[in-house]
Amino acid sequence: MIGTAAAVFLLMNGRIMGASGLLGGVVDGSRKGAARSEALWFLAGLIGAPLLWHLFRGAPPTQLTSNVAVLIAAGLCVGFGTRLANGCTSGHGVCGISRLSVRGITATVFYLVAGAVTVLVFRQMLGVI
Amino acid sequence: MRGLIALAAGGLFGLGLLTSGMTDTAKVQGWLDVFGAWDPTLAFVLGGAILPMTIAWRVAARRREALLGGPIPAPSDAKITPQLAVGSGLFGVGWGLSGLCPGPAMASLSFGGWQGLVFFVAMCAAMMAQPRVTAALARGT
Repeated sequence: MIGTAAAVFLLMNGRIMGASGLLGGVVDGSRKGAARSEALWFLAGLIGAPLLWHLFRGAPPTQLTSNVAVLIAAGLCVGFGTRLANGCTSGHGVCGISRLSVRGITATVFYLVAGAVTVLVFRQMLGVI
Repeated sequence: MRGLIALAAGGLFGLGLLTSGMTDTAKVQGWLDVFGAWDPTLAFVLGGAILPMTIAWRVAARRREALLGGPIPAPSDAKITPQLAVGSGLFGVGWGLSGLCPGPAMASLSFGGWQGLVFFVAMCAAMMAQPRVTAALARGT
């Protein structure tokens, strides 16, 4: 489903399905005109479809931490990092790797290694998460 | 029409994230927990998503325009910049800490509780601040 969504968005609209780029371009105002309204429609679907699922089929599992400091630090890292790197799991990972983009593959290696090291340090060593 | 397709693609993406377990933060952290109780199943999600996109890029390569008009995005130059490495590293840290990346953070807004909202607000704030912070840092060096 994720890959099909990305394929439809590319072939129909000529857009890369990157979650951080679509959201970031809207919140920082760098996406304008048609690109902005398309991004808004996409985000509405992305938030709205799971909302409908939630209403009719119950809440899906998620176990986000209640540690506010961790939540804020994580959100800041994800927001800043994905905009600096120009992409996240969907843009660099799904759309980048599938076209054998060197940047996409490099980014994916970096965030996977950083994520694994973070879990190692904060879960196995410090026991915070 | 473009809006409608965008809405449908976003909805499909959201449901895909939800049904594949990408919004289940414990599962994501288990997938990153390579040195602990590693849960490798999310590799199939990434692999499964890459497959249709590989075909889509093949099809796109033979066309000049998307079906609804507009150019097919050209490949970016293959430069590996410090920004790419540092940004992706930072993103990985946040992803590991929370188990959320940007897509699932939005997909789980309706059921992620106040925790999901705090994460989302922090993420958006950092996205807004990033261009200015980077410019200020560049001036400082």
